[in-house]
Parts: sequence; C-alpha cells; structure tokens
Amino acid sequence: MKKELLKLEHIEKSFAGRKIIEDLELTVHENEFVTLLGPSGCGKTTLLRLIGGFEQPDSGRILFEGQDITRLAPEKRQVNTVFQKYSLFAHMDVAANIAFGLKLKGKSQSYIQDKIKYALKLVNLDGYEHAQVTELSGGQQQRIAIARAIVNEPKVLLLDEPLSALDLKLRQNMQRELVKIKRELGITFIFVTHDQEEALSMSDTVVVMNQGWIQQIGTPESVYNEPENAFVADFIGDSNIVDGIMVRDELVHLLGKDIPCINKGFGENVPVDVQIRPEDIRICEPEQGDFRGVIKSVVFKGTVYDITVAAGGFDWLVQTITGHAAGKEVGIQLPPYNIQIMAKPESEDEEAVGDA
Amino acid sequence: MAKLKKGYLALIMLFLYAPIFVLIAQSFNASRYRGHWTGFTWEWYGALFENEDILAALLNTLSIGVTAAVCATILALVTAIAMRRMDMRMRTLFNGVANIPLLNADIVTGISLMLLFLGLGLQLGYDTILLAHIVICLPYAMLCILPQVLGLDDVCYEAALDLGASPFYAFRKVVLPELRPGIMAALLLSFVMSADDFIVTYFTKGAGIDTLTTEIYAELKLGIHPEMYALSTLFFVAVAVLTVLLVVNYRVLRKYRGRRQEVRA
Amino acid sequence: MHNYALRRLFGVPFVIWGVLFVLLPLFFVLQQGLTDAEGAFSLATLGEALQWEYLKALGLSVGLALVSTVICLILGYPLCLILREHRQQNGLLIFLLFLLPLWMNSLLTTMAWQTILERHGVLNMLLGALSLPALNIVNTPAAIVIGMVYNFLPYMVLPLYVAIVKVDNSVIEAARDLGATHWQTLRYVLLPLTRAGIISGCTMVFIPALTTFVISALLGGNKVLLIGNIIEQEFTAAYDWQLGSALSMVLMVFIILNMIVEFFTSAQQRKEAV
Repeated sequence: MKKELLKLEHIEKSFAGRKIIEDLELTVHENEFVTLLGPSGCGKTTLLRLIGGFEQPDSGRILFEGQDITRLAPEKRQVNTVFQKYSLFAHMDVAANIAFGLKLKGKSQSYIQDKIKYALKLVNLDGYEHAQVTELSGGQQQRIAIARAIVNEPKVLLLDEPLSALDLKLRQNMQRELVKIKRELGITFIFVTHDQEEALSMSDTVVVMNQGWIQQIGTPESVYNEPENAFVADFIGDSNIVDGIMVRDELVHLLGKDIPCINKGFGENVPVDVQIRPEDIRICEPEQGDFRGVIKSVVFKGTVYDITVAAGGFDWLVQTITGHAAGKEVGIQLPPYNIQIMAKPESEDEEAVGDA
Repeated sequence: MAKLKKGYLALIMLFLYAPIFVLIAQSFNASRYRGHWTGFTWEWYGALFENEDILAALLNTLSIGVTAAVCATILALVTAIAMRRMDMRMRTLFNGVANIPLLNADIVTGISLMLLFLGLGLQLGYDTILLAHIVICLPYAMLCILPQVLGLDDVCYEAALDLGASPFYAFRKVVLPELRPGIMAALLLSFVMSADDFIVTYFTKGAGIDTLTTEIYAELKLGIHPEMYALSTLFFVAVAVLTVLLVVNYRVLRKYRGRRQEVRA
Repeated sequence: MHNYALRRLFGVPFVIWGVLFVLLPLFFVLQQGLTDAEGAFSLATLGEALQWEYLKALGLSVGLALVSTVICLILGYPLCLILREHRQQNGLLIFLLFLLPLWMNSLLTTMAWQTILERHGVLNMLLGALSLPALNIVNTPAAIVIGMVYNFLPYMVLPLYVAIVKVDNSVIEAARDLGATHWQTLRYVLLPLTRAGIISGCTMVFIPALTTFVISALLGGNKVLLIGNIIEQEFTAAYDWQLGSALSMVLMVFIILNMIVEFFTSAQQRKEAV
C-alpha cells in the first residue's frame, strides 16, 4: 500500500443549519488520482474546500502527512486548487499569473522564468507568456489555471469541476491531458465532478457521494461493476434496478420468477435491490428468455441502440449493437454473473450511509 | 476579526447618523436656538403647517422635482433609443456630452447656466430653475436608462410588428414594460438629485422664489426655523419606514421563494 | 424595412439640448472670463484671477479636497469589503442603512455638524462628561474636512462597491491558495482589480470637494476661504462676473483633467472587459 498523505477524520459541516457533510472519513494516498463524484449538493465541493482551507469543519480533523491542518490558513497549506471558474487574475498577463505564487515565496527571477517555461510546456501553451488572460479561450484559461497551481509544487492538487465549462470535445482532450500531467508530476490529484464518465475514465479511486455521505469508495471498475447500493448503481451508468427477494444463496426471486445469480451471504427470503446493466441483458427468441416481452421503443445512439423492452411488468433498458424492430415479441436473458444484488437500505438515512 | 468588522461598521454608522440624531433632537427642542436644549416640545410640528415660506418652498421643490424628473427621463429615453443605432464614435460623443454636467462642478454648472439664461434675456425664476434641473438630472436618467435600452433585444419588438402591431403600439406594449425598472430608477434618482440640489438652484433661481434647499440656506444666516427640522424629521422617518417595509417585503419574498424551491427539490 | 431612419431623428432633441444647455453655457463662461469691461477679448481678467490671494485659496482647496478624498478612500474601501462579505445575508439591509442618511438634506446635516463640533457642542459635552480636554474644531480646516467626508463618502462608496462586488470570490481564494496572506491578497489582487472603481470614486469626491462653498461657509466660519467661496462672492456679492468666470475657468482646468482621467480609465476598463 502507498503512503497515506491526507486523512479526514469524523468531518462534519453544516451551513445555515443544514448538514452538508456528516461524519465523513477519507484517506488519500500519495500519487493517487481520487475523484469525488456525486450529484450537485452532495457535499463534494464543500469537502474539497475543507481540504483547501477555504472552509473549516464544525468538528473532525484533517491530517496532512500526520500533521493536523484543520485550522491552517489556505496560504500555509501544501495544497493548490484549480477553480471551476478558472479565477485567473485579469489584471496580469499569463506569465504574471503563473509567477504569482512563486513571487510571494521569494523565488529568484531565473527560477521563476524556468518554472513558467516548464509549466506552459506541460499544459501545451508554450509561447503564451505575454498573452492577456482575458484574450484566451476557456480551454486555454483552464490550462493556465492548472499551470499557475502546479508551479508551486503542491503535494496535492485540488480540481473543482475544472472541465465543466468546456465543450464535449475539448473536455475529452483535457481529460486525457490531465491524466498525462498527473503522471508527469507524480503528485496526488483530488478531482471533483458530477460527470460519472469523467470520473471513471480518469481516476485510480472513485469516491461516490450523496447527501453528505460517502456511498462507496473503490476503483472505477468496482464501483461500476459492483455497486454497493441502489444509489451508486443508478448514478453510475445506466441501470435496471428491480425489487427482488433473495430466496437463498445464488437464487433471487424477481418479477414473479426465480432467477439464478452468483451472490451469496444475504440470508434467506431477504428483500434486496437487483441491478442489471443494459449492455448485459441479451435479447433472444421469446421462448428462450428468462422473461417474455415486447419491444416498446428503439433509439439509435450512435454506437448502440437503446431498446426498451416491456417484460414481466417492468420496462427494461437494453443496449445492443444490432437494431431490432419496435413491436416485435422477444425474450430477454439475464446472465447470472451479470446480476448484481444489493442490500436494501433499512431507512432513508441508511440509504445515505450505505458504506458497510 | 469578525468583531473588528462589526465595530468598524458601527463606527461608520455612528458617523453617518450622528448629525441626523442631532437634527431629530432639534426638531423637539423647545428653544429656537440650535445647541441649547431647553425642553421637549411638539410645537414645531404644528407650526410647520402654518409656515407659509416653508410650505411654498416645499411645493416648489416637489413640482420642480417631479417635472424635471419626467422631462429628463423622457429625453433620456428618446436619446437612448437613438443611440442604439449609432456607431461607437457617435455613441462616445453623445455619452461625453451627456456626462459633462455629472463630472463638472456644480458651481460651474450653476454659474454657466445663469450666464446663459441672462445672456438669452430670460428672467431668472421658476422656469430657469426647472431648465437647470433638467440639465443636472439628465446624466443620472441616462445612467439608469441607457444600459437597459442598449441591452434590449430587437426580436420581441419585431415579432410584435410581424404580428401586425403598429410601431407605437409595439413600443408601448412590448418595449416599455421591459424598460420599466430603468425608467423607474431614472425618475426616482432624478427627483432626488433635483430635490437635494442647492448650488445650481442658488445661481439660477433669481429673487422671490425659493426651493427647500435655498430656503434653508437663506435661514442659515439668521438661524434656521425649527419647523425646518420638523419637516426633515418627518421626511426622514417616512423614508426610513418605507425602507424597512421594502426590506421586510424582500425578505418575506425571498423566504417564500426559498421554501418553494425546497419543496420542488 | 423598419423605421430606422426615423429613429435617427430621435437623436435630434438631445443634440439641440446638448448644444443649448451643456455646451453654450460653458461658452458663456469662457466669453465672460476672456473679455474686458468693454467686451473686447482680453487676458487681463484671467491674469487677475491668477494673483497670489486666489492661488492661495486654490491651493488650500486642492489640499483639503485631496485630504478628504484620501480619507474617503481609506474609510470606504474596508467598508465595501465588509459589505461585499455581507452581500448574501443582511447585505441589503446594511446597504440601505448606509444610503438612508442621504435622504436628509445635506445643508441641514452639515449644519448639524456645526452643532456637534462647536465649542459648547455635542462632542465637547461628551468629552467633558468623560473628563477629556475639549476640542476646538469648528471654523478650522479639520471641520471642513469632516464635512466634506460626510457629504461625499457615498460618492466614493458607490463606484467602489460596484467594482469590489465584481471581483469573484474564487479569485480571492485563488490568491490565498497560491500563498498570499490577507494583506498580500489586498495589495496584489484586490486593489489592482478594483483600480477603475478607486479612480472613479476619487474623481467623484475630489471635484465637489474642490469646488464646494457651502461646507466651508457652514463649518469654516469666514476664517477659511476656499476657491468656491471666492467665486460665489464674485457672483453674489461683488458682482464681478468676469473675475468669477475667470476663476471658474481655472477650476475647469482641474475638472477637465479629471474628465480625462475618468475617460481613459473607463476606456481601458472596456478594453479589459472584452
């Protein structure tokens, strides 16, 4: 296991009487790319601001390399932030923006010049030293914001939805570039986003949050393939989530039928949530499937078809490479190893905790 | 730090309100003389309504203020509409001329208008005050209206024409409602500027007519009639009450909206 | 085809108005200031306006106006920073509380300062009650400065506030994030970003402070003569309009300088915004 860099213990934070973060625990390691993923208002940006020092928790501790930095002012932390709105200094040119932090630290002129050159090269904007920041495009401004932060050699770079203002193509480019920059610098990135695709494609570790609680922490593959509760399953990717009853190990009862699966250890006759990804469902002849049904609609999405199949009293979302005709009678197969069983939350609060 | 800020705010407020408390106290002072407290009285509030000089000055202030505000606002509106179609250089020139009375010193504006009126052979009086007040109100009216007019979208107006409205009808029904906040602000600000102006009025008023400010200035030398304090106190309290109502109304509105959003979420 | 040609006609009233009531009056001042008693062109009056006595008054006016402007800036900037922090909660209330005194007639409030500051005034009564030595402020330049700051502080605060709220919170946070302390953030980020507001506020305060005759008349007794008082007397007591106009022309030099500064700042501001 890599060295622990940042540790958050029992963090609580509320604004105007509303709890934003509740009893949160999180450990971040050296050279890790961590993504905080969740819908807006889930507390992910607040969490980032707590780490950056712009907010202070109501209770709990933040440890950085074992030192308590909970109440430390932002300018004294070895952490730098890339803000959502770029937040460049409009009265300075590109070079002055990048040099800002270094000048405050009293670095020599030649050191600063070298750093500016290096940083601009890293973000692919060589030669832009004397451009006015107001003349740059959104994508370029974001690169300058990254350059301005990394020249200070932070141990952790915080990125607050840095790509959300960019258009799709540019966003995908920047995703790749961020990963490259991260690899080159060898520092820890904590990245906030509400875009699950962004989270899955970039991170080492994904932290799924909802309503101030961490729902699941894991690799992109594990949160996608083995969501621990219905929220994670629903939030990440498309999902079919059906109420079911675990009859016994490796057998689940759903929509009036017993379906084999591979999950164990839930007990007998326990209510559960059953999740199946649309791309894991197979369409077959009516009599061969687990359920018989009719194709309600077909939508071509470019690489796949989104097909809605009404079967067993439920509208299944199925993704296929080949098209089918609407109105056709079909069967659907649910392969046992693609069925994900999740414990039902006992209460609404429990649903939010969920990180057993 | 938070305490320091609160203390600072409190000090500034004390500085701003100290003379106002003094004025309010003076309106209840039985003594005719400023700075001598001889006892509490309501007398001046009664006397106020019998002081014909003050009432006449008040009437002049109100009528000049309203007329000047309306004229300045209309002129600003018409000019702003014309400026929509101008190139940058013409617009800058118009803006420059419009802003001269704003950036110029009141005393120079006052003297220059006096010289103009006398040079044109006009008798100084009510009309010259009114003209002068339109001059000083116009930049403020422009300040409120111009950005709104320049920001207007032609689409709605053209859609109205397309649907068969006459240009005047389309302007009245489509454009004007959109400009309402700017127009209201222009009227209000112009009125305040007119009512509070002393220097320009002083030079353009001639003998035999006074607004509240020139009346006060005339009284300064002999000692201000305490009725004037009573009038200012009444006015101040009225504005304060209005402000409080506005704030309460705004808060209730915001709370209501906030709650509705929560319900929706 | 719309009535765009007609709309150009909408500019005509303003052109007439501007020429007649904005430009022509200024021409009258020039004409008065640059002619002699017979109405012939002459620089004699202007020369008279530049004599030592008047220059001294002008110098004093410039000095007091500068001091007042600086005090307004020093008082106003932190105030705007605090208002900025409060703009989410209670911001409106504080702002209205701040604007409310403006509704009191400024002649009366200035008069009230006399009541506060005079020898047996409110301030000295309070100082006496605390057994502190009495201050003799009224009829001194200090009293005039207090009056100027009181009257013109809002002119400083409004443009400053507009400039300061425009600075995004995250820009300030970015500065802190990059290692700037509170002071360094103010010095290297906030002040430069709000420069246009500062300049605008300063010109808005400086000109009325430079040219006032009311505040000096009320709080300076007849002991402190400012350039505004001299001009006023030339027009209302001495009836030497030509000298008064010539002195006004001297003032206009400052006003024009101010307009130029204001023009270039706003032009640069527009350029930066693009």
